[in-house]
Amino acid sequence: MSRINSSAELEKLRQDILSTRDPNKPCITLCSGSACQATHCKKVAAALELEMEKTGLMDAVHFRKTGCHGFCEQGPIIVIYPEGVCYLRVKPEDIPEIVSRTLIEKKVVERLIYVDPTTKEKVTLEEEIPFYKNQQRLILGQNTKIDPKSIEDYLAVGGYQALAKVLLEMKPEQVIAEVKAASLRGRGGGGFPAGIKWEAARNAPGEPKYVIVNCDEGDPGAYMDRSLMEGNPFCVLEGLLIGAYAIGAHEGYIYVRQEYPLAVENVTVAIRTAEEYGLLGKNILGSGFDFTIKVHMGAGAFVCGEETALIKSLEGKVGEPKARPPYPAVKGLWDKPTNINNVETWANIPLIINKGAAAFTSIGTEGSKGTKIFSLVGKVNNTGLVEVPMGVTLRDIVYKIGGGIPGGKSFKAVQTGGPAGGCMPESLLDMAVDFDQLTRAGSMMGSGGMIVLDDETCMVDFARYFLGFLADESCGKCVPCREGVKQMLKILTDITIGKGSRGDIELLEELAEVAGSAALCALGKGAPNPVLSTIRHFRDEYEAHINEGKCPSYSCRELISYYIDPDKCQACMSCGKKCPAEAIEGGKNLIHVVVQDKCTKCGSCLEACPARFGAVRKISGEPVPAPLPEEARTVVRKSKPL
Amino acid sequence: MDREIIDRIIDKHQCEASSLIQILLEIQSENHWLPKEALERVSAKLQVPLSQIQHITTFYKSFSLVPRGRHEVHVCMGTACHVRGAQRVLDAVQDQTGIKAGETDVDLKFSLETVNCLGCCALGPVMVVNGEYHGNIAPAQIEATLKNYE
Amino acid sequence: MSNVILQIDGREVTAREGITILEAAGSQGISIPTLCHHEKLEPYGGCRICSVEVDARGRTSVVAACLFPVEQDLVVRTRTKKLDRIRKSLLEMMLAHAPDSEQLQALAVEYGADKDRFEKEASFCIHCGLCVRYCAEVTQKNALGFIDRGARKEICFIPEIASRECWECKECFPLCPTSALQAAFVLIKALTFPGPARESGVES
Repeated sequence: MSRINSSAELEKLRQDILSTRDPNKPCITLCSGSACQATHCKKVAAALELEMEKTGLMDAVHFRKTGCHGFCEQGPIIVIYPEGVCYLRVKPEDIPEIVSRTLIEKKVVERLIYVDPTTKEKVTLEEEIPFYKNQQRLILGQNTKIDPKSIEDYLAVGGYQALAKVLLEMKPEQVIAEVKAASLRGRGGGGFPAGIKWEAARNAPGEPKYVIVNCDEGDPGAYMDRSLMEGNPFCVLEGLLIGAYAIGAHEGYIYVRQEYPLAVENVTVAIRTAEEYGLLGKNILGSGFDFTIKVHMGAGAFVCGEETALIKSLEGKVGEPKARPPYPAVKGLWDKPTNINNVETWANIPLIINKGAAAFTSIGTEGSKGTKIFSLVGKVNNTGLVEVPMGVTLRDIVYKIGGGIPGGKSFKAVQTGGPAGGCMPESLLDMAVDFDQLTRAGSMMGSGGMIVLDDETCMVDFARYFLGFLADESCGKCVPCREGVKQMLKILTDITIGKGSRGDIELLEELAEVAGSAALCALGKGAPNPVLSTIRHFRDEYEAHINEGKCPSYSCRELISYYIDPDKCQACMSCGKKCPAEAIEGGKNLIHVVVQDKCTKCGSCLEACPARFGAVRKISGEPVPAPLPEEARTVVRKSKPL
Repeated sequence: MDREIIDRIIDKHQCEASSLIQILLEIQSENHWLPKEALERVSAKLQVPLSQIQHITTFYKSFSLVPRGRHEVHVCMGTACHVRGAQRVLDAVQDQTGIKAGETDVDLKFSLETVNCLGCCALGPVMVVNGEYHGNIAPAQIEATLKNYE
Repeated sequence: MSNVILQIDGREVTAREGITILEAAGSQGISIPTLCHHEKLEPYGGCRICSVEVDARGRTSVVAACLFPVEQDLVVRTRTKKLDRIRKSLLEMMLAHAPDSEQLQALAVEYGADKDRFEKEASFCIHCGLCVRYCAEVTQKNALGFIDRGARKEICFIPEIASRECWECKECFPLCPTSALQAAFVLIKALTFPGPARESGVES
């Protein structure tokens, strides 16, 4: 591949690529992001290749493996263009029918298209599926059109136009002014205005300067950056290059967590390809600007998502955060001016340059411009990646896009901001989601993880979960975090096993102040948030655990008992067969009884009991009724015997 | 572990101290664990004190200072997976393999680790064996799934 | 280097740019408690006992005085109700590890800390890091370091280096506020040092 040495050559290449692509030529795409890999899209791909060869379609139809489409609950996903027919939960066995019916006969395979769970309406086209229709996928939407390993695909959708404009038509100060005017706030959690950070790095004395992509996405439940890095690495590279030019940096680092091997692979391939095309390296596009990138992997430490810890890790040290000031913009990597931004932040840059700051600011709220990608997960029907303009309500995200709560359960809360965030109960569902609103509600935007909880989630246990995570990930350098989180975890664990005492809530609040104020970094400072937030909105649950030994969500194992209602039990033996602890007494025609001493609270009996009987229930905070005497256990048949 | 392999990896990164973690990751990837001799060699060639390497290899959870099993099993305990019952999956895996998280079995067949989020949150609970992802996995499926690994 | 004017506890202080609040306060005879700080070592910021309140750029925050650089118009408060609460809790958490430490006990009296507030911990070590840092920065023998992270973090000697260097040195021993260091040395010597036990032994 020959190097591109000017803007004109870039445009010529783009036109050449487009001229060979007939927009009406059928193209079948298969989502090959990590989530779809977990549902075996590779087998679907193999089946598709085989079938296309068998039917001689290899030349007539283009097969493209793309990055994440976002509708992860329904993967593997196939979309056939130009129509845009979308098939969900595709299995390898479905392929022959898809090829013959849709690719050849141009008809739809009805059983594979989307069906709305409530209205039962069928939707054939991807863009009309409510999950997608209600989003504004300015950034993530490109994933569906791109094979991440193909720079030609990226050029075909307009890639590198922004870079050409920047390197050949704009001065660095103009680029910074544009990013400032766009009011782009960091998408990694801090929400700090990117343009101001860039300006600080540009103005700071010292050479060389560095730019860094933070792809250490560690918030459990968040995987937006993964999908961007895997699915559209060229976009991130383009944004990084623009930032480097604006700041005056000639060396960049991409820090990817080691748990994302596909992201590491795809970005490494993208860098090599960009170098071949002269879009990286010396004299890029003939502009005289040089820039090289190195990829570094993380090694399993959540704290390395914190910018100063990440920088330490790049220097080959343990990821213990450093005090700020001085900020990385002034003294960062190797004590030189460094600008570090999150993947999604960098991915927004080409858009801002291409469309302009004015267009960018036309989307979003007063204090939060543009769109945000959220990972909507947990107890929600449509789990996946969702991109919406800032200002959309939580209700719209959870219900219109997310499709509401599955299994007939009711909504309890939404947690945002990862381990430094908080929960929003039903009363806050109409909140417009943006940086400041979330912070005011006692949570934060964080990196974009949005976890939906239903009435079966115990909020005390949920807080305990986050503290357990943080205790595991704490670097251990400072007392407030190392000791404070440990003590908070102890108290919460005690509460969930029925050993809570009066005064625990107040002690938690006291420890929260120490960690929240005096900790060295944002991990420690944010650690109290899940606790404080759940105390604020769900204090009654804490009090029930402590004062009554009751878990109102029937979740905490030590506080619940499984009980078979003798009036409902029909002695079908289903529960007894599933019980791993042999804790169920009873037999044919004899009412079953759970032997409480043997019961391990696994819940298998509850799952096993047929819905029409519903004889198993959980009890909490009250004594288990004594079992009927053995003579009284003959079952009373309510319906025909099984 | 062969000293030549270690030297090759170190030289590939031009003996730079900042590449320490990348070098250790590569050695770990080749050998599945980090023997003491490897750490001493890295310390000598990169001129980094052994005490620092000791801290790095215990601070970062990707590293193992003890031999690992042929099959590495990771169970995700991230928030989304937790809410969907990851603990029960972990219990089933521990039952099936006979080891707890962080351990390797006596035959060096399985090593079990928990991971704080693999980024497949829509498909929780998730278990990964040797890089192969098993999404939406239920405790009842664990026995059959692990039997596939020799 | 130019000077800046800041305020500490209501007093106007002129300080050289680039020094820390702790240094500026010290020059004025304003005392701020410390534990992990040592004049021969790089400031660490681990114990957080030196936490002070600062007003800067329109915001109030709690920062470590040993690390925070002085700024023009910075307003610093070294003793407030909030800081007292914080220092008391920090001490109580550390006393759970080392209730007999003289340094901790002296501070406990000042801040009303109760050594029995939290359940007793198995390890004396409070992770001030003085031993590790001294061996890395001053004697540069690197005979001991940290292992692991979080509450599982520990100090750990490298047996081969310690058996060679520590007998003649032991310069770090007086630095340890809790005797955890000495205990760790005795243990590692008993478990791993090569050769017969020496007569001189290890004093506590």
